[in-house]
Amino acid sequence: MSIIIAENLSKSYPVAVKEPGLRGTINHFFRRTYRQIAAVQDISLEINPGEVVGFLGPNGAGKTTTLKMLTGLVHPSSGQIRVDGHVPFRRQEAFLQKITLVMGQKQQLLWDLPALDSLKINAAVYNISDREFQRRVGELTEMLSLEGKLTQAVRKLSLGERMKAELLAALLHRPKVLFLDEPTLGLDVNAQVGVRDFLREYNQLYQATILLTSHYMADITALCQRVLLIYQGKLMYDGQLDKLLEQFAPYREIYIELVQPLPTEKLMYYGDVQLVEGRSVRFIVQREKLTSTVSQILADLEVLDLTVTEPPIEEVIGRVFQTGFV
Amino acid sequence: MKPILRKIVILITVYYAYMVEYRSELILWVLSGSLPLIMLGVWTQAAQKGQFGLTPLDFARYFFAVFLVRQMTVVWVIFEFEKEVVQGKLSPKLLQPLDPVWHHVASHISERLARFPFVFLLIGLFFILYPQAVWLPSFSNLLLFAIAAFLAFALRFVIQYTLAMFAFWTERAIALENFWFLLYLFLSGMIAPLKVFPEPIRAIALMTPFPYLIDFPASILIGLPVDLNRGFLSIIGWFFFFLGLNRLLWRAGLKKYSGMGA
Repeated sequence: MSIIIAENLSKSYPVAVKEPGLRGTINHFFRRTYRQIAAVQDISLEINPGEVVGFLGPNGAGKTTTLKMLTGLVHPSSGQIRVDGHVPFRRQEAFLQKITLVMGQKQQLLWDLPALDSLKINAAVYNISDREFQRRVGELTEMLSLEGKLTQAVRKLSLGERMKAELLAALLHRPKVLFLDEPTLGLDVNAQVGVRDFLREYNQLYQATILLTSHYMADITALCQRVLLIYQGKLMYDGQLDKLLEQFAPYREIYIELVQPLPTEKLMYYGDVQLVEGRSVRFIVQREKLTSTVSQILADLEVLDLTVTEPPIEEVIGRVFQTGFV
Repeated sequence: MKPILRKIVILITVYYAYMVEYRSELILWVLSGSLPLIMLGVWTQAAQKGQFGLTPLDFARYFFAVFLVRQMTVVWVIFEFEKEVVQGKLSPKLLQPLDPVWHHVASHISERLARFPFVFLLIGLFFILYPQAVWLPSFSNLLLFAIAAFLAFALRFVIQYTLAMFAFWTERAIALENFWFLLYLFLSGMIAPLKVFPEPIRAIALMTPFPYLIDFPASILIGLPVDLNRGFLSIIGWFFFFLGLNRLLWRAGLKKYSGMGA
């Protein structure tokens, strides 16, 4: 029995259009024209309890708008949603007790007070008894390594600590369904790993359903078996992650900075040359050949710097879009 | 403790702690409500000739009472709310099973509690500077004043919160508040007690909510004759009118809310 069901979900926003210049300003004042932005177009999905699902997509794809509709923040233009039997936009208390939405750059904790004070408000709002409150704060503090941090003013915490404190506040009422919008945005690598480990542990401990949006591939690969690819408001792919990766991103990018520029023909030996700018070169290399290629480059050429990166997710998705549905 | 009581107590205690962080600002906020004291100076001078039906002493007490009423009824929810809507900060509150308005109510009440010490200081200062103006209201007047002032605060809050709802449709609901404030300034008794208004204007003013926000409670405190029944019934009536309007606009506004700023 699915815990989240969305059918033909769509959302359009009217956005006022203004021509540049003085004439445009005058027209804008007297007679506004509007353009419809179709943020989400006809998305249908079903998610089962306990699943950890990733929403992938570039900026502006419609991931956040979809999450907002699923949590009842935004009224859909059309379509049906049921989350654990509730209609999200009705914002019934029973529904709000079961969910949480964590948005990477938004905070609910009061800035000038210790996090503990904001947590007390949450405990009262969600009807959590004092004893249960102490227990849950203790447990989550340990899981998130936030010992001693909850009594400091939130503004004094580092970004990573603040994000973890936000997570704690969001999970105090032990929701069944977690909606996470870019939870690791702006965090350093250690903090990112910390958040991912925590979410995995939480999912295993409480069988919570997790929907995660990110444009960091590492978040998705660490946590999700299933991904939904959203591009220009439409659902492009809904299935297993490893199939998607195998099919569309079986390569890595290598950037090197050489001591001296070299002719492109010579560089082509090592991999698919994408870009040569003076001493900087960018290659694309098949994942299986990555280690051998890197060793060869370092052995043969005089290299000042070498970086290996995953292809940007936008490229992968762009390719999915170009080649059509899987 | 009953759940609803617990929520109110905790909200107020936490927001009180929050307000205490702003100690120095509180003094300034108290002092920035000093228009009535300027009016006090103006009117006591003007009343020397005796053509207003109230003595200079009456005016001095009236405007001091107005100052007190203002301290007790100042409302700023529209500024906070518009910011929340425009910046998408309303979203986290919408996700909790508590109407976001309670955060604002709690912060206003706790700010009032934090403000009281300074207000008492100013009362003391006033009486030291103008000992001839000192008066002690009767206990019943004091009680009625407290109730009227509290109701005036509730009414002012609900009116401004209703204007704030327009933030869902325009990005400058505050312009509405500025326009409303102009009417409030003239018709509430802040610039002049209603007693000195020409009769037709006074009659019109009494059909609006404005006089009940300032003139009504201030007049009770200084012992001027007031129609208590009409006053209290009007405040309560206007309160429920604006409350109903507020809930309609809130429901409609949420449909327009896009959680922008994400």
